[in-house]
Amino acid sequence: MKEPKSLVRELITPEGIDLRLVLADGGERLSAFLLDIVFILLALVGLTLVTGGLALLFSFRSAEVMGVIWILGFFALRNFYFIAFELTPRAATPGKRIVGIRVATRDGSPLTPNAIFARNAMRELEIFLPLLFMIAKADGIDAWTGIVGMIWCAVFVFFPLFNRDRLRIGDLVGGTWVVVAPKRVLSPELGAPAARPVFSETALDAYGIKELNILEDVLRRQDAETMRAVAMRIRKKTGFDLPMPEAEFLSAYYIALRGRLETRLLFGRRRRDKYEKA
Amino acid sequence: MTQTGLILKSQRFRSEREADWKRLESLLGLLEAGKRNQLSDDDVIALPLLYRATLSSLSIARTISLDRNLVDYLESLSTRAYFFVYGTRTRLDERILSFFLRDWPAAVRALWRETAIAAGLGAMGALVAFFVTLRNPAYFYVFVDRALAGGRGPRASTAELTRTIFDTHGDKALGFFASFLFTHNAQIALLAFALGFACCLPTAFLTFYNGLMLGAFLALFYSHGLGVPFGGWLLIHGVTELFAITLAGAAGFRIGWALAFPGSKSRLEAASDAGRLAGTLMAGVVLMLAVAGLLEGYGRQLVTSTALRYAVALLTALVWAGYFYGPRRPR
Repeated sequence: MKEPKSLVRELITPEGIDLRLVLADGGERLSAFLLDIVFILLALVGLTLVTGGLALLFSFRSAEVMGVIWILGFFALRNFYFIAFELTPRAATPGKRIVGIRVATRDGSPLTPNAIFARNAMRELEIFLPLLFMIAKADGIDAWTGIVGMIWCAVFVFFPLFNRDRLRIGDLVGGTWVVVAPKRVLSPELGAPAARPVFSETALDAYGIKELNILEDVLRRQDAETMRAVAMRIRKKTGFDLPMPEAEFLSAYYIALRGRLETRLLFGRRRRDKYEKA
Repeated sequence: MTQTGLILKSQRFRSEREADWKRLESLLGLLEAGKRNQLSDDDVIALPLLYRATLSSLSIARTISLDRNLVDYLESLSTRAYFFVYGTRTRLDERILSFFLRDWPAAVRALWRETAIAAGLGAMGALVAFFVTLRNPAYFYVFVDRALAGGRGPRASTAELTRTIFDTHGDKALGFFASFLFTHNAQIALLAFALGFACCLPTAFLTFYNGLMLGAFLALFYSHGLGVPFGGWLLIHGVTELFAITLAGAAGFRIGWALAFPGSKSRLEAASDAGRLAGTLMAGVVLMLAVAGLLEGYGRQLVTSTALRYAVALLTALVWAGYFYGPRRPR
């Protein structure tokens, strides 16, 4: 509802209900990825310190074993960090969990390991190859080759920004996409006003659903300053002049307005906002 | 707040069903944290029922309630439950078993055409480089990077070349050597796979180039009369490694081909079908390269007899061929 329409996708469950999935936007994807990179680097530093420290401790008699552990650990972090976390029931890496997004298949079918493998193997192309290119361009490649290579890499790196479903190459190949999956909390019910003044018809016809939702936010947030301002606006617009404390007035008006709009809704009239005819 | 404090129908609707939602939420919390064994039998039986009840609540809430917090909450809860209820139901050990018993060999067989093309490209590269280098050894460095060649160049003497084949490097750093080789090769294989995306061309080039290097080395050793021992040195792990790299190339071809020529499916659908098949194959390729790394790091340094090296090479060839292409009982 807050989200732009262009990112909402239909997912009809076998029970016939549309879950209205919301795709993660570029910013969410990027911040999740950067968080993951930070975690990987931290793990790498930890791995290096532990193996290096142990090798030192045994005065390098076990240096080979530590070398093997380090090199395999590095390989595992680089290639299996994403795969291992996306195989868990939450289908999200720590970075994605923090941002509140997860991987899902585009057709709503179960997420299989091979889809996850394919989607992450493509990172070679999207991230490591461009990185390699940037590091290696110093040795003897002429400027034009460098520029063409950069453009070629940029196509893959910026691919998600140029398609409707925000797919990166890996998503395309794995048949997946990344959706918003926040854990929401059910807030306490707003409606048991202390007093129930009677509002006139015109007072209740002043607003629509959009304004009701804004009022709901204001009431849940409980910010005295905002409540005072909103209460003033509503009093002025509806011409309601019984003396009442702001909080009480607002929750009474909220319930009355919601009751009216919901009754209308039951009769099939959804009044989107105050500009629509009552 | 008493029951009478609830004025609207949508509020009574919520208060009647809230307990079910909360129960589903707490069960999902446990499941997502991987604490499956903390669920009682009753919980497990209740889960799908709670899921359907919540979905139905969502459907009703959308039509009767204007409490946005409630609708958002139900949407998020239903989505979480959907992914769980309709997610993968097989256990990890079952999946691993089915990967080795069916999925991996089936994926390899499904890509036989691509595998043949990749193998052909590699062989072509090897032949070209072999004959070119044999005629003019100076071309060796055209095909092989100087750093990679090490001491093995056209100017090296026969004795030096023999040493590179039979030298055992002591037996100290074998483990490190093996793991280095494995990670290096796996990375190359993954790259070859990923590059297939760009219309197969980079993968084709990589496969061909790999063949060129092989051919150049072969010509170098052959010209010194060391063809047979070099074959043993190469094939003891090379059967596994070259096969794995060929398969990685084949996986890349399948994806590039599906994107370029999706046939009757949509391009996206074709790409993801190919991607899933190729993904299965690639997981196996990484495993094969681990085996190849062990054979190269340990096997080659410990087995120094050429005949025995050929025996190991033949054995691995038979094992892989039998495993992938051998007849199996229909399920």
